[in-house]
Amino acid sequence: MSSRLAVELVGLRLSNPTMLAAGILGLSAASLQEAVKQGAGAVVSKSVGLKPRSGYGNPAVFQVDDCGLLNAMGLPNPGAKHFAREIGDFKKDGLRAPIIASVFGFSAEEFTEAAQILVKGGADAVELNVSCPHVRKTGSEIGQSLRLVSEVVKRVKRAVKKPVFVKLTPNVADIAEVAEAAVGAGADAIVAINTVRGMAIDIETACPILANKVGGLSGSSLKPIAVRCVYEIYEAVKVPVVGCGGVAAWQDAVEFMLAGASAIQVGTAIASQGLGVFRSVSNGIDRYVRNKGFRSVKEIVGLSHRC
Amino acid sequence: MRTIKLLSVTAEAPAVKSFVFNDVLCSKGEPGQFVMIWIPGLDEVPMSLSTLDPKRGHAAVTVERVGEATKALHNKKAGDTIGVRGPFGNNYTVSRASKVMIVGGGTGLASLAPLAERLAKERAEITFLMGAKTRSHLLFHERIHTLLSMAKSRLIVATEDGSFGQRGLVTTSAGKLFKQGEKFRMVYTCGPERMMQKMFLLAEKFRVPFEASLERFMRCAIGLCGTCVIGKYRVCKEGPVFSGQQLYAVKDEFGRWRKGFDGRKTKV
Repeated sequence: MSSRLAVELVGLRLSNPTMLAAGILGLSAASLQEAVKQGAGAVVSKSVGLKPRSGYGNPAVFQVDDCGLLNAMGLPNPGAKHFAREIGDFKKDGLRAPIIASVFGFSAEEFTEAAQILVKGGADAVELNVSCPHVRKTGSEIGQSLRLVSEVVKRVKRAVKKPVFVKLTPNVADIAEVAEAAVGAGADAIVAINTVRGMAIDIETACPILANKVGGLSGSSLKPIAVRCVYEIYEAVKVPVVGCGGVAAWQDAVEFMLAGASAIQVGTAIASQGLGVFRSVSNGIDRYVRNKGFRSVKEIVGLSHRC
Repeated sequence: MRTIKLLSVTAEAPAVKSFVFNDVLCSKGEPGQFVMIWIPGLDEVPMSLSTLDPKRGHAAVTVERVGEATKALHNKKAGDTIGVRGPFGNNYTVSRASKVMIVGGGTGLASLAPLAERLAKERAEITFLMGAKTRSHLLFHERIHTLLSMAKSRLIVATEDGSFGQRGLVTTSAGKLFKQGEKFRMVYTCGPERMMQKMFLLAEKFRVPFEASLERFMRCAIGLCGTCVIGKYRVCKEGPVFSGQQLYAVKDEFGRWRKGFDGRKTKV
């Protein structure tokens, strides 16, 4: 791996700026390790709560023609205590890539307790999911309220010593304002964005397709929204921003970094490209950085703001 | 999601029905591939393709009634609408004119019947071992019997109660053939995981190339959600068909554990 690609993100050392996004394959140590072996600079687990949850029934995922992917998984997870052991197993392999535990809760207390358990289990950082668009009383219902975001971040920051990332929802009028609230409460980094609320209806049967009816849209159609969000957040806060939403090729990753992202997360593209997407994206970023005459990928972060 | 009208529904065995539909993509699927079948407004479940008929554009799934979703599917009749996504996953490896063994139990026959048909086309010499609880539980017996009577092949049936063929487990019948020194270029299996695990151990012992089709809870079917993983493999993407070598790498899980929808492991 080229040294040009190395990134330090709130104290975490990444061999390259690509990360596995939350919710993708992040339920078991073996899958997370595989993502690292195939080139991810860091991995984010599936969102984990205090108690086990089975999530929604099927269909939970649906490909909307060329638009992207709709999903309403319903936050299935084995619970923090169980998942802490998977983090331990992940660490046993001696891989140096950081593991970031995505955390959700139905209250600030639950967020805090789950985060504590996962950090104790070995998580290098936590990512607070205040942006899942399809489960009531958590996720974006928290992320749409400046007061709740601030309360959750404050409580978790007070309780854990590891860096706290906060993943934001685009389903708000002003995402920069939410980022400011999170950073004001102590967030070490912002991740933008989670999925956009959407739905699909089958015209033959007149039934909504997803079992939960409403889900979140991911994939390439999200990218322009996500790039705009990263751009606005970069101007509003001083902490690092991690870009997420529709990265499928190195050009997408570079675009996010020019908008202000210090690193990027990949999710939906794994369906079509497999885990090899990490290496192809980071190799492409490396070529871009070299061809443009920079010494490090860090030098392109936020460059578009000069224009 | 493609909505399709069922062409016909056939009872195959107690609590097992086949659902034939018109869908070009599915009809062109490969033996071993699966589809996600949507029962509108209720559920979506993974099912192996049990008929592949590209000439007519037909395909089928064969489903045992085990829960709410499959019960609702069993209530559907010709002309009713369901949805389908896929085909997904990999397929069995088929080589030309080789001597192979196929071992199937229960609804595992669903993916093995089109495999046998493909192999017969490729002039394979097939030893097909079919297991069931009783004679009436035998799946696709006529279909396989007719197919194999035309080729240089044989069908061995084992029922647990001895009501048809040999009495006992199909794995015992398979073990006998290995012990007699019969050689095969490949052993294919699909059925209850304990049965497949026994076949895996036999194939290891007698050093025969091996392929098994696994079943896991599934959601996305496109390699994203992680629900169906076994070790580092995604059953929906790297599977559902795995080689003996791959299964050796996950032998702590294969035949022992599977993940529930909440990601916790439960016994197979």
